[in-house]
Amino acid sequence: MLKQTLAVAAMGLALCADAAEITVNGVGASFPAPVYRVWTYGFSNVRKNVRVNYQPLGSGAGINQIKAGTANFGGSDKPLEISELSKAGLLQFPMLSGGVVPICNLPGVKNNQLKLDAQVLADIFLGKIKNWSDPRIVALNPGLRLPKLKITVVHRSDSSGTTYIFTDYLAKVSREWAEKVGAGSDVKWPAGIGGSKNPGVCNMVRKSRGAIGYTEYTFAAEYRIPVAMLKNRDGKFVSADSRAFSAAAAHADWKAEEGFRQMLTDQPGNDSWPIVGVTYILIHRDQKNATEARAMLDYFKWCFKSGRATAAKMHYVPMPQNVVDKIADYWKSEITVNGRKNAL
Amino acid sequence: MFELFRKKENLRDRAFMILTLLCAFLPLAAAIGFLILLGGNSAEAFRTFGFGFLVSTQWDPVQELYGALPAISGTLVTTLIALGIAAPLGFISALFLVNAPEWLAYPLSQALDLLAAIPSIIYGMWGLFVLAPVMQECIQPFLADTLGLGKVPFFGEDYNGFGFLTAGLILALMVLPYICAVMRDVFRMTPGPLREAAYGIGCTSWEVASDIVLRHGLRGILGAVFIGLGRALGETMAVLFVIGGIAELPHSLFGSGTTIAATLANNFNEADGLLRSVLFALGLILMLLSLSVQAVAQLYLRNMDRKRGEK
Repeated sequence: MLKQTLAVAAMGLALCADAAEITVNGVGASFPAPVYRVWTYGFSNVRKNVRVNYQPLGSGAGINQIKAGTANFGGSDKPLEISELSKAGLLQFPMLSGGVVPICNLPGVKNNQLKLDAQVLADIFLGKIKNWSDPRIVALNPGLRLPKLKITVVHRSDSSGTTYIFTDYLAKVSREWAEKVGAGSDVKWPAGIGGSKNPGVCNMVRKSRGAIGYTEYTFAAEYRIPVAMLKNRDGKFVSADSRAFSAAAAHADWKAEEGFRQMLTDQPGNDSWPIVGVTYILIHRDQKNATEARAMLDYFKWCFKSGRATAAKMHYVPMPQNVVDKIADYWKSEITVNGRKNAL
Repeated sequence: MFELFRKKENLRDRAFMILTLLCAFLPLAAAIGFLILLGGNSAEAFRTFGFGFLVSTQWDPVQELYGALPAISGTLVTTLIALGIAAPLGFISALFLVNAPEWLAYPLSQALDLLAAIPSIIYGMWGLFVLAPVMQECIQPFLADTLGLGKVPFFGEDYNGFGFLTAGLILALMVLPYICAVMRDVFRMTPGPLREAAYGIGCTSWEVASDIVLRHGLRGILGAVFIGLGRALGETMAVLFVIGGIAELPHSLFGSGTTIAATLANNFNEADGLLRSVLFALGLILMLLSLSVQAVAQLYLRNMDRKRGEK
């Protein structure tokens, strides 16, 4: 009897050991979180023994935790400077780009009906344009009946990569914004109220008549909030979709030696959506555990290859093949395992 | 108590004694530990801004300038609104519950206890999805335009459904069950003969309530209010959803602002460096605020006891 029990127990143990799970932990930006969630699930179906966790705590948290070494990779919408990367012993590469869109709640105004240009958008967020019936908004929207309604600006109340992308755009197109407010993950907002995270902003816009806010495009689509059209750098009105986002990303020149640093706001091109951001992954240059490192890179490779369709379906722009190749070379030449080169 | 330790009669007794002693000291150790942690981590903020931090209204993350006054004043304003609504309402409902017939009082009491058991996040969701639109469509226009309060300071301004009044209302609803339940129990403890005697000499119901029940239960009533106060001061999630989340001094009931707890919840994930220390400093302020509420309450009650004893 005892022997039998022991045998069963031993078999159980053997089974456990066979399916030894490798866990890869990631923390970071909430901007790409919807697609990361789908990716980790998809990957877990392909590689049963690797579990990837991604906690969308925000870009700042991603940077903090990868620096502290409590996560295998960090996600950030704000690219780090090359000096900061080398100081912290980190590598950085882009994962996706995506659009940030203005969303509004106006009675009678549907998706892609409201048109705004850069100056008007900046002045609304500066609190200088206070009413939807303002002549400057009316002038951009002939044929659209705009109500006499106060504008409620809704911004993020927490620090966020989405805010960084959005304020970077406003600072580029409006001198006054650049001087008074500037660009950052959290800024001193001249007007409006704050909601916490993307869902908070979406809900506040949806629940408050006359509200305008900004959010990552997937959330706007998910919450079915009307998105405004924007006039791009070439003077064309574009509506937000993945085609317009990739048009903006097309002009980027990705350089590994600069940590692939790019800001894709206010890009040229007839079809370019003006507010596009890149989300980055941060990993340690020197990996401690070869098994975990290999599993992590497998996951990223899988995302770049098999994850493309999902990303595009969720309105993100996957990295073009030549950039993916560059990233693979970058891994090969830079990553070490406990100081040894070419160990992976 | 301590002689128990010296007697070597029973090992089990002694072990149990030590266990209870440790458990009893745990809260004290935790409180002191929190204070040390908050104080130590907030040192950088106080070094950078000095005690001007407490009265500064700056909040500029780009230039790293921070001040605590918007969050402190927002906390006090929402708490005052909440207590201003919940305390009288709780008092009146408790009076009714005590005097109502059993078949009515029982289900109402149960409903009250149920209200106390609802997690605060539910209140927050309700506030965001239900109360905020109602505030924007009905209550704020009614107060500002129909009643003409829009021209009075502290009313008016843009109404978008969010802000101090909405947050205060939700907080009032959250602390109401606590206040009401404690008051109900206090009123029940009024000795029956006292009330019967009052009725006997011809007092009206109102006179019995205000002169007998209220006076007899004054201590408990204040206790109830302080329980509500403590809860309202530190409430996070429900307020976070509807306060509007901007670091500005309260200038209007319909305006938006922030509270200490909401500021912490909003920023903690992403904070590092100076901002992290600033958030710890805010946490320290909140803890001291709650402690001083406790201390004032204790002092006041002790004082009142003495006065009543002299009578």
